Amino acid sequence: MRPAHLSVVSAESPEAAKWPTVELRGVSKTFVSRSTSVDVLSGVSFSLQSGEFLAVVGPSGSGKSTVLNLLAGLDHPSAGEVMCQGRRIEAVNTEIGYLTQHDSLLPWRTVEENIGVPLEIRAVDRAERKSRIRDIIAQVGLEGFARHYPNQLSGGMRKRAMLARTLIYDPPILLMDEPFGPLDAQLKLVLQADLLKLWSARRKTVVFVTHDIVEAITLADRVLVFSTRPSRIKLDEPIAIPRPREVHEVRFHPAFEEHYRRLWAALDPPSRRPS
Amino acid sequence: MTTEAISQAPNVSATPSPPNRVWLYRTLLVAAVLIGWQAASGTLLDPFWISSPTAVARTLLLWTADGQLEYHLFVTFKETFAGFVIGAVAGVLFALAIGTSDIAHRTVDPFVTAVYGVPKVALAPLFIMWFGIGLAPKIVLAAISVFFLVFFSTLRGVREVDRKMVDALRTMGANKLAVQRMVIFPAALPWLFTGLKLGLPYGFVGAVAAEMMASSAGIGYLTQNAAGQLDTAGVFAALFALMLVTTLLNEALGRLESFMFRWR
Repeated sequence: MRPAHLSVVSAESPEAAKWPTVELRGVSKTFVSRSTSVDVLSGVSFSLQSGEFLAVVGPSGSGKSTVLNLLAGLDHPSAGEVMCQGRRIEAVNTEIGYLTQHDSLLPWRTVEENIGVPLEIRAVDRAERKSRIRDIIAQVGLEGFARHYPNQLSGGMRKRAMLARTLIYDPPILLMDEPFGPLDAQLKLVLQADLLKLWSARRKTVVFVTHDIVEAITLADRVLVFSTRPSRIKLDEPIAIPRPREVHEVRFHPAFEEHYRRLWAALDPPSRRPS
Repeated sequence: MTTEAISQAPNVSATPSPPNRVWLYRTLLVAAVLIGWQAASGTLLDPFWISSPTAVARTLLLWTADGQLEYHLFVTFKETFAGFVIGAVAGVLFALAIGTSDIAHRTVDPFVTAVYGVPKVALAPLFIMWFGIGLAPKIVLAAISVFFLVFFSTLRGVREVDRKMVDALRTMGANKLAVQRMVIFPAALPWLFTGLKLGLPYGFVGAVAAEMMASSAGIGYLTQNAAGQLDTAGVFAALFALMLVTTLLNEALGRLESFMFRWR
């Protein structure tokens, strides 16, 4: 009992315990264009503790990416509040690392120059930049490709480079938008395993958007299922599979089937995506 | 010439046909034109109107020998170069300033387009009135010609910057200036180069046009002077020298471009 108690306290500073790391309170979002308005989110509330790994699944167009954009401060809610570490997000949120679905590497910079961008922004001196870039390149498994330009890399390597660029400035919160979406199944497993390894080493708070239920169960502590537009949270499912997890064995765990069934049932039948 | 220079650059690596053969065909084409010209001169048409390649070559040799060609070319080059630098720098800065603000862009756009529509050469008399007959009006006319091409091209590049890259840098904590420096400027650079390559010949056009109206030196003066003496060979010789210079400079810009954009 004692060690368990200790581990809970040491993981969180009293400051962090007071507020959830991330919190949405009754958030609604309506996109208005000249002729139409689209209600994307309606009354979405959830909160995340520090170090928690949350997966968000839902039919396409259900506002999963919108939630990430709100958390990143790139967009603002039409109603409700988006909080990060007890503060309302007003401008671009620099507490987060945002790994988008789209390739946002700068094509005119080599891998190492791309990964160094956040450090350049923070005016970290050249020597330290170099050593931190070398470390992170080794961690994400891109050794030997430091001097390559993005268009000389495969899709998986570009994802690794983007992950490295996100991790190098050590943001406490990671937002990931279908980061492994377009990759083949095998590579996906490898990257998922790498992500879990990095996450357990650094214990970041993660919001991971995916349309792949298996991926959500494999990675997350908790899975939120969004309904079709305007989205609400249909299901908040804690995943009862112990860590550390092996990505290719999670699906054989006794609890997996039950989770899968419930998540699948919560997704709206007409918008189901074959995965 | 400009269109060739622009469409050629991306093809260099893509076309598999051997470059040697292309050069052979080019040489043959030039030879055919020159021989045809020479043959027509004095037989089909009076050399008084069309001169002949040998007469043009003779004039060029003569002008080279007495240093005249070098002197006038250098004057025109100097005017164009100064105008090119001023126009290009102003074009890029203006495009960066306007392009990143939607309101500013939409406010200024119709006016810039309207002014762009005015033939720049028509401004030459005005500049001569304002700045006299020295180097200044030529530089200004060259600068204005270059400015619009570089401005429009760079603006297009700035407007087409991938928002995803900008947002990615903003979440990493980049301020406006860092975004300009690390994303927008490099992303617009290929467009800027297209503007430079298009603008260079027009810079020469501006300078030469102003020279033709009022000056005592430069290729424009040389052309005008030769025409005034009914010396067809002299007109062709001056224009040929100008063509050679613009082609070489464009080639140099193309080389610089493929070096700078080796990441593509």
